[in-house]
Amino acid sequence: MLGSGVIQGLLVTARNALGSLRGDPGRHVTVEYPEKRAEIPAAFRSFPFLVTDGTGADDGLRCVACKMCESECPAQCLYVVMDRDEKGKPAKRPKVFDLDISVCMGCGICTEVCPFDSIKMDKVYEIAGRDRFHGFVLKKEQLAKTNSYYHQIRPEEAAEVDARLAEEKRLAEEKAKAAAAKAAAAAAAKAAGSQSAA
Amino acid sequence: METIEAIRDRILATFPGAEVTVVLNGSPSAQHSLRIGKAHALAIARWLRNDEALSLDQCSNVTGVDWPEREVTENKVKRIEPGCLEVVYHLYSISKRLGPVVIRMRTGNRTDDVTLPSLTPVWRACEFQEREVFDLFGVHFGGHPDLRRILMWDEFKDHPMRRDYVAPDDFDWEPTPHDDVLARAKENREKRTAAPAKEGGA
Amino acid sequence: MNTVADLFSENTGFREGDLLELSMGPHHPSTHGVFRMNVTLDGERVVRLKPVFGYLHRNHEKIAEGNSYLAAMPYTDRLDYLAGMTNNWAYAHAVEKLCGVEVPVRAEYLRVILAELTRIQNHACLCGFLVQDLGASGTPLMYAFREREKVLDLFEAISGSRMMGNFQRFGGCREDAKPEWLAAVAKLVAEFPSFLDEFEELLAGNEIILSRTQGIGVMKADQAVNAGVTGPVLRSTGVAHDLRKVDRYGVYSRFEFSVPVGAHGDTYDRYMVRLLECRESLKILAQALKDIPDGPVLDPKAKQKGLRPKAGEAYGRIEGPKGEIGFYLISDGGPNPYRFRIRPPSLINLTLLEDICLGQTLADAVAVLGSIDIVLGEVDR
Repeated sequence: MLGSGVIQGLLVTARNALGSLRGDPGRHVTVEYPEKRAEIPAAFRSFPFLVTDGTGADDGLRCVACKMCESECPAQCLYVVMDRDEKGKPAKRPKVFDLDISVCMGCGICTEVCPFDSIKMDKVYEIAGRDRFHGFVLKKEQLAKTNSYYHQIRPEEAAEVDARLAEEKRLAEEKAKAAAAKAAAAAAAKAAGSQSAA
Repeated sequence: METIEAIRDRILATFPGAEVTVVLNGSPSAQHSLRIGKAHALAIARWLRNDEALSLDQCSNVTGVDWPEREVTENKVKRIEPGCLEVVYHLYSISKRLGPVVIRMRTGNRTDDVTLPSLTPVWRACEFQEREVFDLFGVHFGGHPDLRRILMWDEFKDHPMRRDYVAPDDFDWEPTPHDDVLARAKENREKRTAAPAKEGGA
Repeated sequence: MNTVADLFSENTGFREGDLLELSMGPHHPSTHGVFRMNVTLDGERVVRLKPVFGYLHRNHEKIAEGNSYLAAMPYTDRLDYLAGMTNNWAYAHAVEKLCGVEVPVRAEYLRVILAELTRIQNHACLCGFLVQDLGASGTPLMYAFREREKVLDLFEAISGSRMMGNFQRFGGCREDAKPEWLAAVAKLVAEFPSFLDEFEELLAGNEIILSRTQGIGVMKADQAVNAGVTGPVLRSTGVAHDLRKVDRYGVYSRFEFSVPVGAHGDTYDRYMVRLLECRESLKILAQALKDIPDGPVLDPKAKQKGLRPKAGEAYGRIEGPKGEIGFYLISDGGPNPYRFRIRPPSLINLTLLEDICLGQTLADAVAVLGSIDIVLGEVDR
């Protein structure tokens, strides 16, 4: 019968309409934001931030300003300048660390290439500005967030990073100890040698 | 599939006097190619499509490559290798499930001798892609049915995919330059006309 | 009193019997983004149609040539933003060819799972858009989007982003899939056929859809092959050309599936081929979920940052949801690709747009464009 296909289709829409009115979860799939919020998956990422082991941007920043992220950033939204100490020698900390989030595409490549686990992806997503020029360039003061914040947003990953860093630190200390012991032994041997020669 | 050398030999047997050279590819992909002189290119393309063993009925990918002139040192003697524009075609056979056979053509230089024969009469697939190569690289395709700019606008002058293309500053393209943006754009334009871009630009 | 026709004629000099030139787009709801068609109309019939491109052109290829190999990866998400995962794969595939990198088997399976999920969500979207173009405002499109959201949730759970996954790496995938994620995919695969059934029930027998799509925009097989048309549009003309079967890249040779083909090459066939492909994709997904082996997903020795391939070139292509998506790379041994070229299936599928629209009404030309399935991010790059 002509029109039976249309009627069949209308039955489907009616079924869906009733289903969503009844709150059938298969048909009623949206969330009434902002009163209710959908759960954010663990892997979700928005923009990068800098991890600090201390309290802020000038204390305990893991970043050593190696510029690896700057050179690999696809959008070239990072700008890093290494600081110098009083004698003018390069200090292993950033003097400037700017991130232009109006350009950043949130790809996460900076976190992948960072050798010091210092840049990580944040989860904030409710960011807005009043115009397209101001407030989008984040300085290191705004980017620095504590390790406990990192633990809060990505518990599993942060624990793994902490364990790895501790292990690296332990190995480095052992190596230093071994080197010191070796140097002491060598010095002792040298002293003994010079004594016997005398 | 027969080797690229065998294809070359068969082309040379069919078109005596045609310029066909094998270009070996050093990467593990081993997709070697044939460089074809422009005099016989259209006839060779038609032959490749109609040949029973190959029947390359699909021209998958057409693209340009820019090779600016560069200095090479051979046996401690420096010489200038002239630049050229190259067009690369990746051909496949859907009926025989073969491919890719890569053919390439080179222009004489990058300024005035930039005409190559269009292969659109053989494969319609080249129509938009050759327009794109014309637009972005500046290769003219003789015999193309509708050779216009495709991605850039008609009034645009340069060819952006060339290696020596100098991109304008962002503020040159503000929708309606005014006030300080206009001043900066003007200053910038003056600077650029005072110190022209390096040699070899189109 | 003047009629509207009189006023129009007075203002434009248009006389009855003249051809009407119409610029449709770039901002037009039926052109799927910033696409323009310059149409010449004789009454309601199309006598000439010239597509105009470039409104979304940002010269992706040039950007990629100034960046490292790894930094080009997130840009490929933004080509065809409905199919980020397959674009990633195509690019990774080309670089793997260029460097001769091997991919672990688990990563190949994961890629297949992600690619097939991409395919079903792309096709679901397309079917929604197409009926929207036919005038069924909203409802079927929203049903399709509802299902698409479920796939996007899975993408977000594994890659951290719904559409811009940036997930494939040279020689594998960035992250491993957790068992819970695979279970969620299995759940989706089990539920998706009910959506397809519902969608078919909603539209397949609809007389309006049938009369608006059957016999409209007919493409011939030899014409399509010559014009480089690929993907579902080519298969709707009866050519069983699917790179998953032809090139057998990845682990596709391990799966049993068929390639649905159409018989007429009209709008209806293009639409139905996609719905059938969704069912085949679900078959592949079920097999891949059953067989996925344990193991690493990324060879730790495979270089990502600071990659400098040996001088040479490679063209790698895979079957994206819209057709053959390929990347052609030339390396000169440096850290950036010397030449980075994207073979855009949407752009090349549009080659025949004018041919198949000639003689159709303008309203049908809209439906034909919808059935070709373009994404302007990829057409203009």
